[in-house]
Amino acid sequence: MDFLFVIQQTLSATLGVNAIIFALAAIGLNMHFGYTGLLNFGQAGFLAIGAYSVAVPVISFGLSLWVAFLIGIFNSIIFALLLGVPTLRLRADYLAIVTIAFAEIVRQVARSATFNDSLGGSDGITGKFGKEFFDLNPFKGGLAIPILRFNGNDLWVVITGWILVAIITFIMWIMVNSPWGRVMRAIREDEDAVRSLGKNVYLYKMQSLIIGGAIGSIAGFVYALSRQSVQPDNYGTALTFFAYTVLILGGAARVFAPIVGAMIFWFLIVFIEQILREGVSSNLIPDWLIGVNQVGQIRFMLMGLGLMLLMIFRPQGIFGDKKELALDARA
Amino acid sequence: MQEHNSGAGFALTSAQTPGSTKPDPILIADNIVRQFGGLTAVNVNHLEIQRGSITALIGPNGAGKTTFFNLLTGYDSPNSGTWSFNGKALNGIPPHKVARLGMVRTFQLTKALYRLTVLENMLLGAKQQKGESVLLSVFPWIWRAQEEAIRVKAVSILKNFKLIDKQDDFAAALSGGQRKLLEMARALMVEPEMVMLDEPMAGVNPALKQSLLEHIKELRNEGKTVLFVEHDMDMVHEISDWVIVMAQGEIIAEGTPSTVMGNAQVIEAYLGAHHDADLSSEEA
Ligand SMILES: Nc1ncnc2c1ncn2[C@@H]1O[C@H](COP(=O)(O)OP(=O)(O)O)[C@@H](O)[C@H]1O
Ligand SMILES: [Mg+2]
Repeated sequence: MDFLFVIQQTLSATLGVNAIIFALAAIGLNMHFGYTGLLNFGQAGFLAIGAYSVAVPVISFGLSLWVAFLIGIFNSIIFALLLGVPTLRLRADYLAIVTIAFAEIVRQVARSATFNDSLGGSDGITGKFGKEFFDLNPFKGGLAIPILRFNGNDLWVVITGWILVAIITFIMWIMVNSPWGRVMRAIREDEDAVRSLGKNVYLYKMQSLIIGGAIGSIAGFVYALSRQSVQPDNYGTALTFFAYTVLILGGAARVFAPIVGAMIFWFLIVFIEQILREGVSSNLIPDWLIGVNQVGQIRFMLMGLGLMLLMIFRPQGIFGDKKELALDARA
Repeated sequence: MQEHNSGAGFALTSAQTPGSTKPDPILIADNIVRQFGGLTAVNVNHLEIQRGSITALIGPNGAGKTTFFNLLTGYDSPNSGTWSFNGKALNGIPPHKVARLGMVRTFQLTKALYRLTVLENMLLGAKQQKGESVLLSVFPWIWRAQEEAIRVKAVSILKNFKLIDKQDDFAAALSGGQRKLLEMARALMVEPEMVMLDEPMAGVNPALKQSLLEHIKELRNEGKTVLFVEHDMDMVHEISDWVIVMAQGEIIAEGTPSTVMGNAQVIEAYLGAHHDADLSSEEA
């Protein structure tokens, strides 16, 4: 078994592009679900909007990438408003239903033949729309040390991505610990009580939806840039649920939860996969038990098992407070 | 400054008919009807609440008291009717604006914010907080001084309500009675002119009840108006200046506590159809 290779692969994934994408997606969900109690099951839709918003303006309209980022944020705000206006005055479950539909509509529209010219249909968009970003890369050679390995572009995404995650997390930390954050957490507990104290709950929920959605679209920027392509089927419901997994793994309503959750999530997925692969190829795991082609599925089964164990023994997540979780059941 | 020592301090002794006028009403309601399907839950022709008084709203379960509270505070909309607070019409005004106008309510089913601490529950109540704006929230130095002033005030109210030892506990860790106290204390953080308490003593142990009563009296001393729903007639007798009786959605009598409780219609409303509602005491 090549342990060094397993470690290299695992660590690179733990600190890699995917961890950044899921951390950002989960930071957005943490705003929605963790701090405000909004059930957004369409976070993948916000990522898709972010991803298409960086690709389409550059490739189809020849705009600058930096303008495309602004367009992406703007679009996510528009979509958050579209979702929020009809649903945020209603009971919480309406938002859940509408957001599921929203994400699927975004994906289906993106992959439909009608918009083939601009959105690329089911093949999506591939092209050098990230050129302006990668031109700035001072580390074109990438990084290759025994425990960590990134190619030039990935290294640049990883460095800027984690800096971005740090900045957003810091701002979130200030906000959720401010009186504004207190109103948000209070809304999560009981909207009617908050109304009785003179707060415009609708406005606050809208702000939460917009902020979390915009952060989701930033995750979409990273997704698109890192691959230099946008594939509509990457933005399915599974993406949203993995982002929730990341959040709950870390512990909802904890600022660092999305970061740690995303790292653990990718650590586990890649570690399990690499161990299985090494085991199978070195015949430590017999062929009749697991074949090479089954590794991909089995890592998710083991991952699921691990998550079940976590929920049984540590339902509050890594950072959460078990007592606090129990209070929820009493409420 | 008005005299607030007892009901006799007001000119509230004369009329006892439902809908009687008051010398200085803070709240006036007219022809308020709320129907749920075929059921008319509230049907109030005319009601005035005297400023600076403690008014009790009594009536058997299902009389429509909570529904009436919900209508007045914007949590529910009537099929018809108009009402005004301090001369301002409240039709169609959402709950948070009603609260900002100075009419703050509590709930029959206590709404403590469980996973906020007791102190946080209190701080939330303060009005016009700069730090509650999304843009200013990221600049703590702008709101820190105000936050500290609010905290000082919250602590003093918590001391008064004997909840200061619990200030850092989650609200969920309080007993039912303490939650009622917290809800009332939190409402005071809004600095309301009128406080509407829906069954503030339900489930509160006798010792706490007495202190709740004192707090309600104190509100009157500060010139605030109190409207509260209560089943315990001893309590009603002890603190209210005026009593309004509701049954089947309508106001069937109002007057000073002693006159109302001798009223045959009131006794009938309680003991006639609703044997479960106890006229003298809830704990019995
Ligand atoms: N949302 C609702 N839908 C249908 N009926 C309701 C609703 N709210 C209250 N009611 C009915 O209206 C009547 C008055 O209820 P309520 O105001 O809670 O009475 P009280 O507070 O005096 O005990 C009851 O018959 C109750 O069942
Ligand atoms: Mg009631």
